[in-house]
Amino acid sequence: MTTITPEMALPGAKGKSIKETKEILKYYSATQWQLIWWRFRKHRMAMVGALALLFLFILGIFSMFIGPNDPFFRNQDYILGPPQSLHFWDENGFSIRPFVYGVTTTRDPKTLRLIPTVDPSVRWYLHFFVKGDPYSFYGLFDSDIHLFGVKEKEAFVYLFGTDSLGRDLFTRAIYGTRTSLTIGILGVLIAFVLALIIGGVAGYSGGWIDYVIQRLTEVVRVIPVIPLYMGLAAAFPVEWSTQQVYFAMTVILGLVGWPTLARRIRGQLLTQRDEDYVISARISGASAGRIISMHMLPAFTSYIIVDLVISFPYMILSETALSFVGLGLRPPEMSWGTLLQDAQNIRSIEQAPWLFIPSLFVVVAVLAFTILGDGLRDAADPYQVVRKK
Amino acid sequence: MLLFLLQRAVGMFITMLLVSIMVFIIMELPPGDYAERLAFRKFSGTGAQISESDLDNLRAEYGLDRPAHERYINWISGIILRGDFGEAFAFETSVNNVIGQRLWLTLSILFSTLIITYSISIPIGIYAAVHRHSLPDYSLTVFSYLGLAIPNFLLALVLLYISVKFFGSNVGGLFSPEFKDAPWTIAKFWDLLKHLIIPAIVLSWSAIAFQLQTVRATMSDELNKLSVTAARARGIPESKLLVKYPARLAVNPVVSTTGFDVNRIFSELPIVALVLGISDLGELLIKSYIDLDMFVAGAILLMMTFIIVFFNFLSDIFLAFLDPRVKLAGD
Repeated sequence: MTTITPEMALPGAKGKSIKETKEILKYYSATQWQLIWWRFRKHRMAMVGALALLFLFILGIFSMFIGPNDPFFRNQDYILGPPQSLHFWDENGFSIRPFVYGVTTTRDPKTLRLIPTVDPSVRWYLHFFVKGDPYSFYGLFDSDIHLFGVKEKEAFVYLFGTDSLGRDLFTRAIYGTRTSLTIGILGVLIAFVLALIIGGVAGYSGGWIDYVIQRLTEVVRVIPVIPLYMGLAAAFPVEWSTQQVYFAMTVILGLVGWPTLARRIRGQLLTQRDEDYVISARISGASAGRIISMHMLPAFTSYIIVDLVISFPYMILSETALSFVGLGLRPPEMSWGTLLQDAQNIRSIEQAPWLFIPSLFVVVAVLAFTILGDGLRDAADPYQVVRKK
Repeated sequence: MLLFLLQRAVGMFITMLLVSIMVFIIMELPPGDYAERLAFRKFSGTGAQISESDLDNLRAEYGLDRPAHERYINWISGIILRGDFGEAFAFETSVNNVIGQRLWLTLSILFSTLIITYSISIPIGIYAAVHRHSLPDYSLTVFSYLGLAIPNFLLALVLLYISVKFFGSNVGGLFSPEFKDAPWTIAKFWDLLKHLIIPAIVLSWSAIAFQLQTVRATMSDELNKLSVTAARARGIPESKLLVKYPARLAVNPVVSTTGFDVNRIFSELPIVALVLGISDLGELLIKSYIDLDMFVAGAILLMMTFIIVFFNFLSDIFLAFLDPRVKLAGD
């Protein structure tokens, strides 16, 4: 009779200390998700991407609390006003509390235009948790406390400046963050459900059904994406409310975005279709839906998540592009695209370059999603382990 | 080989047929019908009263009272048999007249974009793969990420800003004012080329980012192959060896995704054209969507898709010549 030694159960543990053995044991007994997480953690860039996204989501979720002003309030005294910069010190001394300079408005005697002038002798200090414009937090409770703001009655703070109607661009940009991110999430989810159904049917049944679905997928893929989106968006009736347009946008993002995901799901299902465990499940009398969801999908869930993350930037860019040209969301709704409508021509760049600030949000979000997607793909790739050993 | 060509041509035809059905559905989607929009366009502001019977007359005139499938057959047979894309009511002329010249401008933008894309991405991608993990290689990776993340209309605006601010010239549009209606001369052609640069750079930006990564990845794989080691052992000079073995193969994925690049360019074209003020098909597409001039929009969508499908067809054939491993269906 042979005795079972630790070396037999745990290859590579021979001659190692107990602590090292425990480490190896932990590695071998880890679940798939733990392994993915460990590998992902080492990917520094992807972690940065994830943190940036977390930051954007927090901005979006708490937009009415973080934004110091009402996004629709028009400040007649500060129309197309440049961003006010935060100061900690000037020739009048240092202050631990940041402040912006006061602004006085004079009227141009000739053109009668209001001209805001910065007055460096006046300091408007920023305070945390200031009472300001009232808002409702998703209908849960009403409040008028904002994360930061100024206390003086005549004072205001516009970190990103104001638009042509005198509205606070900072507040509007983070409200837009909420709209653009949620529209992306809903679009990806709708695309995912469609892809699951279409790719699932094609991959599981194979044969002529698969052939027909493949042909249809090819047709959707071959038409250029943004012109196709535009065609669908052009059909929105003018009298639709902003909510209706919003939901219609998510639906068309989903309707156009499914083919790539569907191909992935179909391909994976086709390779698994004749595996022993699938056949045995079929012989046991399991339904097609159960076989797909219980036996086949778990084998490539990680890939699906990666694909979902990677398809996000396309949704965001498409939404921005569509709203930018006026075929997507419409102005009272704030999204990155509708905010950028103000920055459509060369004159606005020269007059008010700060109207471009919302585009930085787009760039950061798309970069973050792309880096995160790359990190997740590396982490979810089983071959990487093989290569390392 | 002939059978292979035939098979691809038939596939192309079927795809285009399905695409045309989809385009027709999109044309039918907007609320209200063509007659109402036409009547509104023609008589709004004139004070004329339009009765329901007037609308019915219009409908009968344009065949709108017939069922959808008949109208589809009418539309598509007009295109295939007579090359007639219908009427553009916003311009009060035929779609063919509106599109005519713009098609050539669009094609010249497309070709200059493709030329810039490939003449930059292929050599630089090869260079990055040969000098892996060097500073230029890393900066190219950063560039690729930015290429994906910066929306093309933003890039267009930034380039416009730079050209106005630092060069004092407005590069919007495709011709300088003095050449706008002038007959074609060498000077006008040169003027067109100068104006093509900015849209071509903007449009090739993300395509370059993609293809750079593709070329670099394939080239890296190929460089590790034994054939390369063997050639090196035989003493073949490095530059000759690179061209002969790995670089030849690294071009294949680029060729096979040309249709994809054209798709991407057409996808970005409308917005870039709108920002840069170029009167090409893309700009016209947005305008006709906003005016709900669906015959124009349908024609443009169909043309763009046809060009993409045709490029797919070409790249299939080209790849079959380039890479003998591609299985020809006829063999």
